[in-house]
Amino acid sequence: MNAIGSPISRVDGPAKVTGAATYAADFAIANLAHAALVQASVPAGRIAAIDTRAAEAAPGVLAVMTHENTRRLPWHPRDPRPGVDPKSGERLHPLEDDLVRYDGQPVAMVVATSEVEARAAAELVRVSYAPTAARTRFDPAYGHEPSAATAKAGRPGDTARGDPEDAFTRSEVTVDVPFVQPREQHVAMEPHATIAAWDDEGGLTLYDKSQWVDNVRTEIGLAFGIDEKRIRVISPFVGGAFGSGLRTWPHVAMAALAAERVGRPVRLALTRRALFTNTGYRPRTESRIRLGADRDGTLSSIVHEAIGQTSTYEEYAETTLTPTRQLYACENVATHYRLVDMNVNTPSPMRGPGAATGQLFLETAMDELAQALGMDPLDLRLKNLAERDPDSGKPWSSKALRACYEQAAERFGWADRPRDDAARTVGHERIGSGMASAFYPAHRSKARASVTLYANGGAMVQAATSDMGPGTYTALSQVAADALGLPLEQVRVEIGDTALPQAPAHGGSITMATLGNAVANACSRLREDLGVENGGDLVAALGGRDSHRAEGSSSPGKEAQDYESAAFGAIFAEVRVDPELGTVRVARLVGGYDVGRVVNPKLARSQCIGGMVQGIGMALTEEALFDERLGRVMNANLAEYLAPVCADVGALEAFFVESDDRIFNPLGVKGLAEIALCGVAAAIVNAVHDATGLRLHRVPVTPERIVMAQAARGG
Amino acid sequence: MQPFAYHKVRDAETAIAHGARDPQTIFLAGGTDLVQLLEDGISRPQGVVDISALPFDAIATTIDGLRIGALAKLADVADHAEIRARYPAIAAALGETASPMVRNMATMGGNLLQRTRCLYFRDGVSPCNKRAPGSGCSARLGHDAQAALFGASEACVATHPSDLAVALLALDAEVLVVGPSGERSIPLDRLHRLPGETPWIESDLEPGEVITAIFVPREAAGRAQAYAKLRHRASFEWPLVSAAVSLALVEGTIEDARIALGAVAHKPWRAETAERLLIGRRIDDALAREAGEAATDGARPIAENAAKIPLMARIVTRALQDCARQQAGDPS
Amino acid sequence: MSETTTGGAARPSASSSASDALPGAAHEVRLVVNGEVHTLAVDPRATLLDTLRDRLGLTGAKKGCAHGSCGACTILVDGRRAVSCLMLAAACDGREITTIEGLATNGALHPVQQAFVDQDAFQCGYCTPGQIMSVAGLLAEGRARDDAAVRDELSGNICRCGAYPNILAAVRQVSGIEPTPAEIGADARLRDAAGGA
Repeated sequence: MNAIGSPISRVDGPAKVTGAATYAADFAIANLAHAALVQASVPAGRIAAIDTRAAEAAPGVLAVMTHENTRRLPWHPRDPRPGVDPKSGERLHPLEDDLVRYDGQPVAMVVATSEVEARAAAELVRVSYAPTAARTRFDPAYGHEPSAATAKAGRPGDTARGDPEDAFTRSEVTVDVPFVQPREQHVAMEPHATIAAWDDEGGLTLYDKSQWVDNVRTEIGLAFGIDEKRIRVISPFVGGAFGSGLRTWPHVAMAALAAERVGRPVRLALTRRALFTNTGYRPRTESRIRLGADRDGTLSSIVHEAIGQTSTYEEYAETTLTPTRQLYACENVATHYRLVDMNVNTPSPMRGPGAATGQLFLETAMDELAQALGMDPLDLRLKNLAERDPDSGKPWSSKALRACYEQAAERFGWADRPRDDAARTVGHERIGSGMASAFYPAHRSKARASVTLYANGGAMVQAATSDMGPGTYTALSQVAADALGLPLEQVRVEIGDTALPQAPAHGGSITMATLGNAVANACSRLREDLGVENGGDLVAALGGRDSHRAEGSSSPGKEAQDYESAAFGAIFAEVRVDPELGTVRVARLVGGYDVGRVVNPKLARSQCIGGMVQGIGMALTEEALFDERLGRVMNANLAEYLAPVCADVGALEAFFVESDDRIFNPLGVKGLAEIALCGVAAAIVNAVHDATGLRLHRVPVTPERIVMAQAARGG
Repeated sequence: MQPFAYHKVRDAETAIAHGARDPQTIFLAGGTDLVQLLEDGISRPQGVVDISALPFDAIATTIDGLRIGALAKLADVADHAEIRARYPAIAAALGETASPMVRNMATMGGNLLQRTRCLYFRDGVSPCNKRAPGSGCSARLGHDAQAALFGASEACVATHPSDLAVALLALDAEVLVVGPSGERSIPLDRLHRLPGETPWIESDLEPGEVITAIFVPREAAGRAQAYAKLRHRASFEWPLVSAAVSLALVEGTIEDARIALGAVAHKPWRAETAERLLIGRRIDDALAREAGEAATDGARPIAENAAKIPLMARIVTRALQDCARQQAGDPS
Repeated sequence: MSETTTGGAARPSASSSASDALPGAAHEVRLVVNGEVHTLAVDPRATLLDTLRDRLGLTGAKKGCAHGSCGACTILVDGRRAVSCLMLAAACDGREITTIEGLATNGALHPVQQAFVDQDAFQCGYCTPGQIMSVAGLLAEGRARDDAAVRDELSGNICRCGAYPNILAAVRQVSGIEPTPAEIGADARLRDAAGGA
């Protein structure tokens, strides 16, 4: 019996297609009150005065909370900080002081008996500000090195191997490529929402949108100075997050403060506009990359500088330059990473954090190098394939990137792509083809899980992990079904609740490599407890007991010191560009992936095509428009922040090359959420060049930018 | 959303009386724009008068032309066989409007009266003379490609986002209204105003006036006509620029031409220089390009909207090329 | 059809004459939701979406944007697709409303629901009730002509997880639309299904 590897339909599918799945704002809680935020309308300054009288008199209002009347929480520091938090600076303590750090910051909160009343009263709160000078322009001149703590966390300011500057000047062929990736927003379909309910004994229950319920519990425990055992966080379904649910955002504490104030459960659902400034985003990052090569295409030098934005109160940094150090075999590599502090809310991980950005820069520059060399872009990648990790010198625990390149090229028809004018022209449109590599480091973390076998032959898997969409429910069911020798239908999975065994963040593509092994381990323990070998009758071994529960765990071993592990891929894009109107449509994408063992090919494919769709957005439509004068995101809605729609998406093909990484972990999986985005935008941008001859060193590639680039080129 | 009184009316007289008594009264039809404006606190009426039950939703062909009830839903108009066959520019513009859900809800009259998508107006906070008179115009120096190329003022550079209005202007449509002073008709070109010093006054309608129908003259049905729209996404987005053209052709020669541009001014904008250039000539690819260029005559770029000028020329060219194909009998 | 009356927090309007209503006065409406009649006093500001979710406990329709820009709240009103976030409940008197909760019959999934499960036409599931209602509506409206039409017709429902190709496959499953030769050539699953190389 092999559930693992089978294209099983999602076990939570029926709940999701009938509306029965409960997301954070869906929980029916008796006597629920509702909170609404008042947000700052200046990017920096002090609150001079807040007039709450009209709001307090409005119908249904239970409380109007400001820094003048809200109690100071202790906000005990976390040591060590969780991996998802910035390593330097201090998180926002909402309603604690009169300081405005960015436009959109919460400055007051209204609690009322209905949401419409709370929001109406929030409109009536009058705040006057004493503005101060704000840094709202992304100015590379202000770039500073990351702090020591940030550098230690894998985001160093300067790194070098070999002598890249000297090698660059001696290189036979060079390119020097600037690039801008704007601020991008997660815009998961489910807005963040929290329901906070205190019980009579001072215990707190939070229904929250979260990728990491244990993290929410710890943070709120420290913020309020209460034992985290008295807090329960429930989050069974997460309506997409892509990183926005990794941290515990200030509104979670605000919901708990509101519930405490009014003595009733309170729901705080962020509006779509508020999400842009009260959760995170992918930071604007500017890049300059210099590549040098021998005539035969062998990379001789890489010098990559990147500057990302962060806030004035926290130092958020990304692993933007990690792919530059690890993707290609090159002896001379330097990376320089800087940060610009701005009066903005703090960025956060967003799918493929750092790596997706870095590969947009690296893989578009590689395309320019291939052009300068007169070499096929695929051949350039193959020429520089890194058989060992070029940075550490360690072997890869597994790597099937060559197979990804070759099989994806074959399926795409790369060798036969249209090249001459006649073959490329269809009506008003020109066909362009492009490709890129994809790479994302694989990690695993510590986790526990339990499995309970019942006398009726059913089993229950439990862990405090999440499922924001990839299929954790289904995949853990498959692991347990195989490990216990049970039909899949007899396995149930419970996740998203701090009452369950501790789990790490559901992010960074680590969930299956971490939880999958913990569940397998729990199943082994259960077999040992019952003294049943593989193939034996577990239920009979219960011997009349109703059930038996076993707990297992998983943590990284020595392999993490001896090997480097990563997922790999190759992406090929065909675009149709209308050069006159500047429109770009993605006709098809083909991605081949080495992600280790694939637990469920049906769901894994869905995740990969989902990454492709977000890559289309990154390449062609998505940009948070930031007005430097006001310090404000102007398109903070879903009508003008343009996530791709169905009509933007052509034929998408994702497949997996044969791969199984038992060195990395017993289950053999490497993770695929992040790599599904990596390289996609670069492949599309490269295809636009192929179609038009234009190098646009900026995404999104819009009609306006295409026609302006044509004008600059003189035609 | 501040509290308001909700009134459902069954006859036009009651609606008119409400509007005449309180000029701040808002008429609710499909609600697809109004509810957004209420939700964001941009519109804060004391009273909302629901006119959706008024008997103004019929689509009828008369001896003079086509009469489309103001409360007809966009989807029903787009699907209407007569309109698809004889006024295809209208069907095309509606087919590219918003989403299928919105098209099922939104009305013809409401579409014409939808308010600008200017980001500084819609955010509810930024200085905006249209939303908060006297507060200034943030968009003039902002980075918003939406800003107007024609007819803008110091006070306001907002554009009108309707697809439909552009097609109707190219077909020389009129808007029929009823109000405290009785019935009247307004040429589409005069329905919307330029911003001037009073950008919050957007239409020629008087307090209490209700649009009852849109009239499209029969002459329009005989014209070659097309609507072309450019946007970033392939669907579900307001236009970056759009153009509607209608050509009266006699044995292949253009006797009269109307070219309307969308998303470039506070109202749908006539490209009169380009129209004049077409008269007496035969439509072909070269002329389509020449007229496209001419359509940019008088365009004044500000801030970050300069790219819209070449795009506008090319979208006009596309619409004219579409007409040329119709003329040649090629339905593709 | 059963009748229920739900009292509201807001005061019902004392006067039967609408013209006398004061700002904020509650308005009584009769909604037929999934075949069940509900008579409610609603705040005139309440959207149909909030009313379904917070008053009737029908949380299948989701709020993604509150501005009609995402389609997560899509329901059928008198048999046609609508975004419930842009409808005032007060204006829905007498309307027949179908939500995702009303689609399955006697515990059996509606064919569109089953097709979404079969084709894995979702990941997180948040946009899914809206997507399914949108597909049900487009089929009822007879607009599922071909792939291109379906792509455009479903563009009012944003799926950030990017399940669009699988949603298209689900529509094919229930509508019998055949993929175009170009689609087959570009999609390995379709090639396999067609028995080609």
